[in-house]
Amino acid sequence: MLLGAIFAGLFYFATVVFLVGVGARIARYARIPAPLVIPTTPAPTTHAGVCARMFREVVFFESLFKGSKWSWLFGWLFHFGMLIVIAQHLRYFTQPVWSWVMLIQWIGSYASFAMFVGLGGLWARRVLVDRIRYISAPSDHLMLALLLAITGSGLLMKHVAHTDIVLLKAFALGLITLSWQPLPNDLVLLAHLSLVIILMLIFPFSKLLHAPGVFFSPTRNMRDNPREHRHVASWAKDLPKSADSADGA
Amino acid sequence: MAQAEFETPTLNEWVSTPAVQRDAMAHSRPFVAKPEHQASLGFPGELVENWQEVALDKMGELLGRYRSLQVFMDACVKCGACTDKCHYYLGTGDPKNMPVARQDLMRKVYRRYFTTAGKLFPKLVGAVELTEEVINDWYSYYHQCSECRRCSVYCPYGIDTAEITMAGREILATIGVGQKYSNEIIGKVHTIGNNLGLPEPALADTLEGLEEEIEEDINVPVKLPLDQAGADVLLVTPSADFFAEPHVDGLIGYAKVFHQAGISWTLSSYASEAANFGIFIGNYQNMQKVAQRIRQAALDLGVKRIVIGECGHAWRVAYSFWNTLIGPFDFLDPAYPVPQHICEFTYDLNSRGGLKLDREANDDKVVTFHDSCNVSRGSRIGDMPGGQFTIPRDLIRAACTHFVDMAPDTIHEHTFCCGGGGGLLTDDLIELRVKGALPRAQALQQVIEQYGVTHMAAICAICKSQFSKVLPHYGMGMDMIISVHQLVGDALVFGSEH
Repeated sequence: MLLGAIFAGLFYFATVVFLVGVGARIARYARIPAPLVIPTTPAPTTHAGVCARMFREVVFFESLFKGSKWSWLFGWLFHFGMLIVIAQHLRYFTQPVWSWVMLIQWIGSYASFAMFVGLGGLWARRVLVDRIRYISAPSDHLMLALLLAITGSGLLMKHVAHTDIVLLKAFALGLITLSWQPLPNDLVLLAHLSLVIILMLIFPFSKLLHAPGVFFSPTRNMRDNPREHRHVASWAKDLPKSADSADGA
Repeated sequence: MAQAEFETPTLNEWVSTPAVQRDAMAHSRPFVAKPEHQASLGFPGELVENWQEVALDKMGELLGRYRSLQVFMDACVKCGACTDKCHYYLGTGDPKNMPVARQDLMRKVYRRYFTTAGKLFPKLVGAVELTEEVINDWYSYYHQCSECRRCSVYCPYGIDTAEITMAGREILATIGVGQKYSNEIIGKVHTIGNNLGLPEPALADTLEGLEEEIEEDINVPVKLPLDQAGADVLLVTPSADFFAEPHVDGLIGYAKVFHQAGISWTLSSYASEAANFGIFIGNYQNMQKVAQRIRQAALDLGVKRIVIGECGHAWRVAYSFWNTLIGPFDFLDPAYPVPQHICEFTYDLNSRGGLKLDREANDDKVVTFHDSCNVSRGSRIGDMPGGQFTIPRDLIRAACTHFVDMAPDTIHEHTFCCGGGGGLLTDDLIELRVKGALPRAQALQQVIEQYGVTHMAAICAICKSQFSKVLPHYGMGMDMIISVHQLVGDALVFGSEH
């Protein structure tokens, strides 16, 4: 029971940090203007076109595909494996389990293996390609280690050291209904959950901000219409008209 | 500082990605701006005493003003997709010329002072203090980026290193360490009106000389009017077009087009420069002030349209930024886009049957086309996205029988910078310029061997100057590079002589 209470507390804390942290970051991105029209051209001229470009970017990793086929392959395997695995985890939080969540359960182990292979490939590139090794900080390696450990511990529970998922589901449902339930006292599970909590905690302070960031990237979300549409940032309106009177800059 | 001798890279069959060679270009630094060059732009004359504080304040200000900078500082995951995309990395092997590493020169300082992770665990996330060494790296490597945006094409988050280079240069200028080449030139535009410091009488004289030359050549009184109030079109073109080779033949081409179309036009001695180096140094106000002269000239001369001559970054500033900086253009004829590119203008005339072109005039040439980076990835020509690729090529095909493209991964949005853009077209950076031209020279060499290409046409004054200087290093003729409007001008048929 104590274990359940501790983890429930940690999950609430991590959720608050995650939501507030990422929310604050998004608010900042939204508040700062893009003072000049800088889409990477050729760029769409309409809002619908921008939505289509963003869709291709987020779903197919269009630019990465142009840039590096290996990074694209491993990156796409990892991200879409993760998407499916997260969706599958909804079975722990819904009662009765939503029917579409039931429907995707069968691809579960394929998806988690895809994550594993994707992460392994990305890490191999980081170590083996001299250019990528050069640009990697310790945190870049640790991030991959963390994600691999989460994926690995999940795979372990699925295929080797099964945990008591009835008890686990009661705990997960309890988190939502604010009635704390005991957690199976199982090392692999506790490691898995602890690592997820760590991931949630560091999300707003790390390069994981690429997830909200991509939607705010001016080279991808601006329209190519500068001749037809006048675009002026709020701070630029207040500038003195000439550099002569600029405040030292 | 004199450049040490250097070796021109050898051309292979294709561009191979070099192995990392640390500090291979650490010695490359352009001359620092003198106090007077700094002062006329509103920057301190020399390194300010509390430079660290001033630099960090400026960085904070820019992070709050440019969403690009803020998002790009956070979003990079070090995937490495950009690492083999920069022509300066491909030409030098210096790892700090990989776009992500160039960004990291600023990102590691950003992390140290502006992020929780970097404040608490600097070593873990690769955060560093803003030291003199870091500033030296900034000065060196933010002047090894031509702001060509090639990296931004391949980045999954659209991170554009040009935005970071611009911010880096702006911070450097703000603490008193500006670049001589760009700042001196901007000062000349502020006082005289063009990059060369060419005053009105000299300009008038040059244009008169050109008129005589054309008349001798083709026996047609083609004019190059200056300050002609009431003309329909104000043509603003890079000042290199007035005297440099091969640029001037492009200017003659524009004049012939106007002449045959019977459209009244004029140049302005007050705004005798399309180039706007304000973009290179990343300074909004200087860019605005340079552009403002053109708006003023258009108002003073009472023109109906503004047309821009062949110049890459000038076109990006004009097309993408003018409406923001110096708009709205409600005093011009709304029937035409503002501004209009000279290729757009000529293309429209030709498709409406307004020009008489004879391809045979260029039958001695096999032509390829170099897409300029700012036109390709920072702007557009025509009504449709991608018109910046098709319209110049259609013009060339209308004026030449023999046209071939270079390799697909070196043209259109994938085009390689000439190696001299972004405020780097200066002799104190000649080693960088030669090495940075490697990928383009490679692609050109390939079509020379395969198709017997004799000329490479371009629509950018910097590209033209750069190629005529560096192509000889690769064993190619300096006169290979020509203006698109030279081809058009030479193919124009006047009167009944045909």
